[in-house]
Amino acid sequence: MSTQATAQESRTEPGRARRRPDAAWVARNGVYLALVVLVLLNIVITPYFVSASNLRLQLIQAAPVVIVALGMSLVIGTKGIDLGVGSVMALSAAIMPLYIGYGTLPAILVGVAAGLVTGFVAGTLVSRLGLQPIVATLAIFVGGRGLANVIGGQIKNLSDPGLVRLGSGSTLGVPNTVLVAAVVFAVVWFVVRRTTFGRGVEAIGGNPRAAELAGLRRARILLIVYMVAGVLAAVAGVLAAARSQASDPRTLGLLMELNAIAAVVIGGTPLTGGKVRVVGTVAGALLMQLLVSTLVAQDVPDSVAQMIQAGVIVVAVWVQLGRKRS
Amino acid sequence: MTHSPAPVLEQAADSTRVVRTRRSRGEVLARLAQRNGALATLVVLVLVMAVAFPSFSTAGNLSQIAIQSSFFAPLALGMTFVIFTGGIDLSVGSVYALGGVLAAWGSQYGPVVAVLLPLAGCGLIGLVQGTIIARTAIPAFIVTLAGLLFARGLLLILTDEGSTTYKVPADSAFLELSRGTFLGLGWPVWITVVLVAVGVLVLRRTSYGSTLLAVGGQEDAAELMGLPVRRSKVIVYTVSGLLAGLAGALTASYTASGVTTLGVGLELTAISAVVLGGTLLTGGAGTVFGSLVGIVLLQVVANLINRLGLTNSNWQAVVNGVLLVAVAVGQVQLSRIQARSRPGDD
Repeated sequence: MSTQATAQESRTEPGRARRRPDAAWVARNGVYLALVVLVLLNIVITPYFVSASNLRLQLIQAAPVVIVALGMSLVIGTKGIDLGVGSVMALSAAIMPLYIGYGTLPAILVGVAAGLVTGFVAGTLVSRLGLQPIVATLAIFVGGRGLANVIGGQIKNLSDPGLVRLGSGSTLGVPNTVLVAAVVFAVVWFVVRRTTFGRGVEAIGGNPRAAELAGLRRARILLIVYMVAGVLAAVAGVLAAARSQASDPRTLGLLMELNAIAAVVIGGTPLTGGKVRVVGTVAGALLMQLLVSTLVAQDVPDSVAQMIQAGVIVVAVWVQLGRKRS
Repeated sequence: MTHSPAPVLEQAADSTRVVRTRRSRGEVLARLAQRNGALATLVVLVLVMAVAFPSFSTAGNLSQIAIQSSFFAPLALGMTFVIFTGGIDLSVGSVYALGGVLAAWGSQYGPVVAVLLPLAGCGLIGLVQGTIIARTAIPAFIVTLAGLLFARGLLLILTDEGSTTYKVPADSAFLELSRGTFLGLGWPVWITVVLVAVGVLVLRRTSYGSTLLAVGGQEDAAELMGLPVRRSKVIVYTVSGLLAGLAGALTASYTASGVTTLGVGLELTAISAVVLGGTLLTGGAGTVFGSLVGIVLLQVVANLINRLGLTNSNWQAVVNGVLLVAVAVGQVQLSRIQARSRPGDD
């Protein structure tokens, strides 16, 4: 049932295609086009853009957004939303300094476990207790950052050699954070495209009742999806803290939910659920990151950069929806 | 919104006696609890605190709670009407901060400018958001999240990236707006009373009020009935912006400055208050008075947290999150009890 629905969706209707031949194509591939245009623009206007060190830096900075956005794409695929990811990043980073005394790995595991717990809470609220995703994750957004501030208080130093290696080191020339993001991408891609679980995610997003009638365990799939999103947000928090060698619960992950949602939507995953576009999500995240760093490189003040970001998000979603409206 | 037609049918059937007699006692209780749960909680909490803390029921403390509630009440009221239509306005926290900065900056040109400038500026942001939401299919939370960024960006431009804090001149009549009193109550309290009264009247006694609920209940049906769906959406977001600007102006008058860091997460406080008050986030039903109760309840809880010695103000955020979940879960359970007599609805 689900595969039929998705097949129908991806097939372009002949009538509409004749009237507006570019609209559907732009909505589907606009993100890659925009990414290419922005890269070309940067090659012209930004000095030293095409250097190994700069490209490396861009990828390192994009890694947390990519990881969070991949989790978000699964949630949005189920017709949900996760507003709590930024707070979860802050929470996982705030917990780590308390356990760094036990060693690098235990601290990382505890940080990631924080995401597992918040994901479990949000997932249970949505799947078993029937809360709207926006309300359940709003509570995580408020309470999670509050808890991070209670635990963390102020900026904590995290200069542990293991964490430094994770945040700033490289393996075979590839930065470790980028490596983590690549692994997450590969796993999410495989799960969405090649497993029944991935099919289930798209099915319950496309038509929850039909999916349930078809024998899918909706509640369980939803719970797992929110837990995955929580864990990925926590991983991003750990990486961000490891890179800056400090955890600041006040600012870490601020506006991350917005960036991640934007990345997912720009990448072609519809907010109405039923479809997860993994490669598009990564491209969307890279686009958001490149946009910010382009503005920074051009000395655009923070304020204007925020307003431009706001405009880009609205226009991107509008272009996305253009395909659905007739 | 993906609503089954049941709520509308049920509302239509509400007036017929046949359906009413079929209602089980559980359903009636559930409905009562949903409508008045916040008020009951508030009354109990106030009684408990009056007994436990002798200093709670002093005039000073109570008027402090009233004043603090009245700074946020306009904002929650605007949010209530947005939620009636099934929408959400995440921009109000930023717009509130922007309103404060505009008021403080405008106060150098006199009290009239200090009041009108934030209303005009914030109302305009609301108007633009409402127009986008009404004219396109972009979800309200995306538009207003972008609005949150936009308003914060505008605020930063006005304040040299947040480094300038405009001060209200010490002799400005604008300060009287929040500090003056009438019949023993501060002006903000009176403003809130008037706003709530107007809100209740608009919702219960005008066709605009019924249109809002119809839009939130089932938008397609409202459109087919020929109701002005787009116009009513534009109006609610404009009013929400206006009221957020007003709340900002009141705060600027109280603190005598335009604090640039205010309002972060305030949209969530407003949403919590509305949900606490018994308004369904799915739209189509709710109460105006309940949102006021919700706001006061949050302030009393804040008061309680202070008294318990949790000096770390971040506990407030944790408690707010837990409270939001508790109330939302309660509401879902209550509406499930109510829906049990409606076959085929989930």
